Amino acid sequence: MSAKPKPKVGVFKFASCDGCQLSLLSAEDELLTIAGKIDIAYFLEATSRIDEGPYDIALVEGSITTPTDALRIRDIRQRSKFLITIGACATAGGIQALRNWADHDEFVRAVYARPEYIETLATSTPIAEHVPVDFELRGCPINRHQLVEVIVSLVAGRKPKTPSHSVCLDCKRRGTVCITVAQGIPCLGPVTQSGCGAICPSYDRGCYGCFGPAKQCNTGSLCQQLLADGTPAPELVQLLRNYNGYAPEFRQQSEQLETQA
Amino acid sequence: MNSTPPSLFLARSNLQLLIDRLAEQGFEVIGPTISQAAIVYDRISSVSDLPQGWTDRQAPGEYRLERRDDDQLFGYVVGPHSWKRYLFPPLTTLTTADLTTNGWQMRAADDNPPKYAFLGVRACELAAIRVQDKVFLEGAYVDPVYQRRRQNAFIVAVNCTQAASTCFCTSMETGPRCRSGFDLALTELFDGFEVEVGTPAGAELLRQLPTTSIAEQQLADAEQRRQQAVDQITRKLDTEGIRDLLLTRLNHPRWEEVGQRCLSCTNCTMVCPTCFCSSVEEVSDLEGQHSERERRWDSCFNLDFSYVSGGPVRRDIRSRYRQWLTHKLASWIDQFGSSGCVGCGRCITWCPVGIDITEEVAALRKEAP
Ligand code: SF4
Ligand code: SF4
Ligand code: SF4
Ligand code: SF4
Repeated sequence: MSAKPKPKVGVFKFASCDGCQLSLLSAEDELLTIAGKIDIAYFLEATSRIDEGPYDIALVEGSITTPTDALRIRDIRQRSKFLITIGACATAGGIQALRNWADHDEFVRAVYARPEYIETLATSTPIAEHVPVDFELRGCPINRHQLVEVIVSLVAGRKPKTPSHSVCLDCKRRGTVCITVAQGIPCLGPVTQSGCGAICPSYDRGCYGCFGPAKQCNTGSLCQQLLADGTPAPELVQLLRNYNGYAPEFRQQSEQLETQA
Repeated sequence: MNSTPPSLFLARSNLQLLIDRLAEQGFEVIGPTISQAAIVYDRISSVSDLPQGWTDRQAPGEYRLERRDDDQLFGYVVGPHSWKRYLFPPLTTLTTADLTTNGWQMRAADDNPPKYAFLGVRACELAAIRVQDKVFLEGAYVDPVYQRRRQNAFIVAVNCTQAASTCFCTSMETGPRCRSGFDLALTELFDGFEVEVGTPAGAELLRQLPTTSIAEQQLADAEQRRQQAVDQITRKLDTEGIRDLLLTRLNHPRWEEVGQRCLSCTNCTMVCPTCFCSSVEEVSDLEGQHSERERRWDSCFNLDFSYVSGGPVRRDIRSRYRQWLTHKLASWIDQFGSSGCVGCGRCITWCPVGIDITEEVAALRKEAP
């Protein structure tokens, strides 16, 4: 329809499980339409084509865990106009950020037969700690509808519509009875950003915080209440240290709980 | 109607006939039933769907189902759902638009809601429906979505015979006695119900049921059971001069204090049977050929809800809690001529950190130190 050249998109992987890239691939219904609107210049999981850029949009999955990757993300940033992190690893360090509270050398010695071949950093850190990020798409994994919305809105030149309210609002809209109030199950929903549509509480499981801290979340007040209701502090620390454990709001809270305990 | 017909007795074994008659007349019957560890409002077709022999224990931030030592059908109070879910659905498509060779063709979305019959509506809930009637039907703009559901709704109310620790309808003068706004109202007795008629439609339905006249003794029993609910209500909200009080205490330190506890999670507004906020969004297909305008429940506790050019108007939790409470109890009076709170206590029970509207008002009444 338009004479404008299609925006060039690169999809890059760092330390991650590939689940977010798979979300893009599994968006079958939308993928064909999207593919017609963009030029996929680099996406190793889907095509062997390697176009060195520059890219209009870089989608970055994964966290920074090696010195090589710390350099590679700088290089990608330099070749990209708009850089979007996708998923909890890229946005908050991911589950592998648990190493940030542990002895990483000990892990390497325990896991690898020849630890001297392993060159890693002591921490797993979000992309934004290394280069400026233009938009962070949350989730472990990301919600593919949100990813499609981000791509389509960028192509159309408008702001993506990704809600920032709590998971609780989704529970209420879908008619899920609150499992914390009715069953005493600890849940991170009140401090977690929406995105999944409140799946876990509908299966009697507390929210694991997959989409990370909601804007202005009051994690301190929630944890005080859960402690008072009988959840032991170490259990709360574990609840906070999931896929987004290294996100500042959850990190501060779990560290505070640890010093209290 | 200027004279109320005398109430009648419906045997417990004939309650099923009430449900059957409603179903035969094309109503989708919604009533209390147990699901997800709570008493919720859902489709029912039989008396056995009702929470027979169950009750609820409620406290700030806590709700538990418990067994009763009898087999009452309505021996509990209000739960996490309200009738709002049916009259003002959480998600509605308002309009659709299609791109054609002649430009955009807009049209109202198809909307053919069922004819609802609500069984087990409590006094505070009748008051809440009345409040939402004012909001959606009696202002300058009528909401067609609400209207289509509301105009056909048949209401079978139930008088409370017990109260939860969170109930405070007596303070808000909305209950526990059902006085108007119903087609029929029941009071549960040992072996049946005292049935009061509220409308000609209610009288007509009752004529189709095998009732008997009610004995003095049964009337006294019903009255005593209703009094039990009144006696069990301990929570109070002092409404004396509340509008002026709240609107002149906008800088009271209590707002800061409650803002430290509040999670801004929206639960209180979602469970409140009178809260009516929503947001409207255009959702288009990838090709940009078809678009639907969707309305979803939303809340003043969402940071983005007050987002205008330049940023959100209510930037911290303190100001969002203050917005909610002062609207509910003060500026609602200017806007709609009554309080926005009917004293059902849901916001107290379903707040994950147990914030209690009555306690907050009491604290705000105290002069700042
Ligand atoms: S179950 Fe969790 S997410 Fe859902 S309303 Fe309760 S606290 Fe919020
Ligand atoms: S607030 Fe009053 S009318 Fe409502 S459930 Fe409680 S006792 Fe019944
Ligand atoms: S403000 Fe609370 S008590 Fe009042 S009507 Fe709403 S939910 Fe019920
Ligand atoms: S008052 Fe309670 S339910 Fe309401 S937003 Fe605050 S924490 Fe959530």
